[in-house]
Order: sequence, then structure tokens, then C-alpha cells
Amino acid sequence: MKAIVTVIGRDAIGIIANVCTLLAQNGVNVLDISQTVMREYFTMIMLVDITGCMVNFSTLADILRKDGQEHGLDIRIQREDIFEAMHRI
Amino acid sequence: MITTNEILETIEMISQQHLDIRTITMGVSLRDCGHPDVKVCCDKIYDKITRRAEKLVKTGEDIEREFGIPIVNKRVSVTPIAIACEACETEDYVPFARTLDRAAKTVGVNFIGGFSALVQKGFTQGDRKLIRAIPEALTVTERVCSSVNVGSTRAGINMDAVALMGKTVQRTAALSQGLGCAKLVVFCNAVEDNPFMAGAFHGVGEPECVINVGVSGPGVVHSALKECAGQPLDVAAEVIKKTAFRVTRMGELVAQEASSRLGVPFGIVDLSLAPTPAVGDSVADILEELGLESVGAPGTTAALAMLNDAVKKGGVMASSNVGGLSGAFIPVSEDAGMIRAASAGRLTIEKLEAMTCVCSVGLDMIALPGDTTAETISAIIADEAAIGMINQKTTAVRVIPVPGKTVGDVVDFGGLLGRAPVMAVNPASPAVFIRRGGRIPAPVNSLKN
Repeated sequence: MKAIVTVIGRDAIGIIANVCTLLAQNGVNVLDISQTVMREYFTMIMLVDITGCMVNFSTLADILRKDGQEHGLDIRIQREDIFEAMHRI
Repeated sequence: MITTNEILETIEMISQQHLDIRTITMGVSLRDCGHPDVKVCCDKIYDKITRRAEKLVKTGEDIEREFGIPIVNKRVSVTPIAIACEACETEDYVPFARTLDRAAKTVGVNFIGGFSALVQKGFTQGDRKLIRAIPEALTVTERVCSSVNVGSTRAGINMDAVALMGKTVQRTAALSQGLGCAKLVVFCNAVEDNPFMAGAFHGVGEPECVINVGVSGPGVVHSALKECAGQPLDVAAEVIKKTAFRVTRMGELVAQEASSRLGVPFGIVDLSLAPTPAVGDSVADILEELGLESVGAPGTTAALAMLNDAVKKGGVMASSNVGGLSGAFIPVSEDAGMIRAASAGRLTIEKLEAMTCVCSVGLDMIALPGDTTAETISAIIADEAAIGMINQKTTAVRVIPVPGKTVGDVVDFGGLLGRAPVMAVNPASPAVFIRRGGRIPAPVNSLKN
């Protein structure tokens, strides 16, 4: 199953490394990353495969959200379907 | 692959613009729960609801987490109790309401709808017993919602029922300090698959069990309209259509997912724009964004007609099955913009009545002075029912005569029910008209002027 991870917040050193480490620790495979810094805001979007994820979806979402809070970032994970449904006919 | 902008747009809709799934409502048939003995009947009802809806809340929460979209309410609707329990040899229907309340608490839903009767053409014994029980039922229970259908385009209006419901609303208000009336809807042309409370019930033409979903999103429409300020109204209508499409697609996705996880057939997505008291989640704000200084100003009905139609046009293509009420809701107490306009005297009951001609659903969550007579309440119901009957649409009345309050006072119902300024009612008496009773015959459906 594929999901989208979004990371939004102030730019800082090591954001990508940190999020990727967390995902790797939980068995999540990163398929694609795009990131930009708009004004001082850092925005990263990752397409990930959670088929091999070792924890359930809710737990993974919690882990990411809490880590985001510690670093002043808004980190979400959502199933890809919701974006497909909303933006593609 | 979805683009970055599309992803960010979706996230902004959810986090900034209050986009949510307003309700996942499981309809459960109670037609097999009738029994002459009250105790047995109540046990059957309780067992069936708690068995069918056991995983409803958990499933809703799981979907919420995985898709990252809030699902605000999980609810249950049941076969109108007047039908389901008619075989029961009892005069008192309050125990059925208590049973529904208990079942709702067990499965963790915040409202359960279906303490209802359909009397558009006349009463059965069960209908009379149910209506008699409404005031007490809505006072002693917390989560039970009640509705009574008093008219339809095919049957006309049962004016005896209208007269009775005026008294019932008044009695409910007296017993419950007004709050019970927030859980009581009087309908014309009630729909059988409405997922929204307080008017939800599981119609007799519905399957054994079904999942209906109600979407929302006034804030999203409002934000989208800000982008086309000053443009002609057909441009605005296009923007509303596109936004409604996206919102409804999300509803469809959630509905299909909930249906497959629960193993229950998917019924409909209801395309309603349902406001909440939260700032930025208001239908009134949309109308004002279209260029009205305040909702209630001349032009409000036209703006609302366009909004309502555009929402339907966008939503219909987004879902395989659209149903329920599907339209913009204009509840006064649940919409920050409506509260503002009503408090400032810019929105009157008469204007709200005109607005109900072009949108769903009716005079909704309006606080009336405590001394409003039963006949006046009945006459308000009759007016709304007439609008529904003639225009072949659903209309409803959910008014709250608040004991001890008068025009200008503000009443707080708490939570999603919001707060409302008590609105003025025309003091001229309709009492003689209402006391006539009888029926208003079904209307002719041609010669449409």
C-alpha cells in the first residue's frame, strides 16, 4: 500500500535525514521525494510504500506526528487514495 | 503521480478550511424486532443495534487516521419506531427511546435517529403512541433523535398532525428547557436515507443495513470563492461546482471504504453543505463572499439558489449514488454567520422561510420566544410543509421555543448544536386556522405557476 508523507515547517539542518531514518526504522520504503523551501518554509512530500511496515498505520502516524512536534514540524502520513480521489477523475 | 500543489491543497482544505466528513451513518432495519412484549421487543432492538454497529465507531476512527480526514460523527439510524414497535402491546413508547439511547451509548455513537413516525396521510395507533411519547423521550434520553413526517407532495399535509406537533414541540420544550426540541424535526417529504441528524431514520424501502455518508465543507467553498472575488456569478458557480466535486469524491471514498470494511452495502453520499459553529465553517459566509453585506439582505435567496444548485451539479458526478437531503443547510444556531446576522436583526424568520424554498432543508435550529403558542408553532410547520409539498422537495422545521426567554436573549445549546439568538415571530394569531384540522389535499402537479 502506498502513502504520502508531508513535512511542513521551518527549514533546519537534517530534516530529511531524520524523517527518512524514522521511516527506515519502521520498515517503510521511500519511493519518491520532492522538497522545496518556499519563503522560509520547508515543504517535503514523500511517496512511500508501507507494505513492509512493522507497525500499524495509526502507530506510524503517531510516531511521525510526535517526532514532528519535537522538531517544530507538521508531519502527516495519509493513504495515497485520498489525493487520487480528490484530484483525478 | 499527484503533484505537490494538489497534495498541499488537500492538506490545506483539511487543516485550515475545516474540510471533513460530517457523518458516517449506519442505517439498521428494526422490522424484525417487533414483539407483543415490551421487554422482549426492547431486548431485540438493543441486541440488533449493538451487533450491527459494534465496529462502526472503530472503523470510522481507523479510516480517519489512514486518510487523514476528520470524520466528525458516527451515527446510527433505525426503522421508524412507530412502525418497528407497532405490534408491541403497550401504551408507553418511552422505553423504546431509552433502549435506543442505551444502544447508542454502548456502540459509542453520539446520536441515534429513528424515534419517528410517518403520518402524512393519517395516524395508526403506533404513530399516536409514538408522538405522545416524544416530549418525555427526548427529555429522559441524551442521544435519541425524533422526527415526524406530516406531509408529502403525493399525500398533502395532515393538518391534524401539524396541530399535534405544535403542541408536542411546546411540551418537549417545557419538559427539557428547550434542549429536547433540538432533537426533534417535523418533515414534509422526509427522505429515507438521510444520514444527518436530527432527521435521520432508516426508511422502509432500505436494505437490512446500510452505510450512508454526509460530507461537508462550507469553509472550502468559501476559500475557493475568495479566489474569484468580483467575477461574474457563472464563474463563481463553476468554482463551487469544482470544489463540491472534490469534497464529494472524498465522501465517496470514505463511504466505499467504510462499506467494504464493515461488510455493509454502501447507500448514498449526501451532498450537503453542513455548517458548524466554528469560525470559517459557515454557509452564511459563502453568501456574504458572493457579495451580500449580510445574509438576510435582499439577494440572499438568489445567492443561495445558485450555491445549492452548483453544489449538486459538482457532487452528482463525484459519487455513484447521491441521496439524502443533498443541499445547503441553513441552521441558525450552528452557523456563526447566521448567528451574527440574526443577532443584528438582519436575518428574520420570514427571510429564512424564503431561503428554504431553494435549499435543503428548512427552518432549522431557530430559537423562539418561550411564550410562542402551540398554534403559532403549528402554523410555522404548516408553512414549511406547504413549501415542500408544492415544490416537491424536503422541508423541515426544528424550532426551539425556549422557556422564559424572549426576543434578543441568546440561548446556548452546547457543542455542535451551537447557540442562537431568540428570534421574533409574527404576533398575529393563526389559531383558528390550525384548529380546523383535517388535511390539505395533495397538490396538482401541472399548471406550475
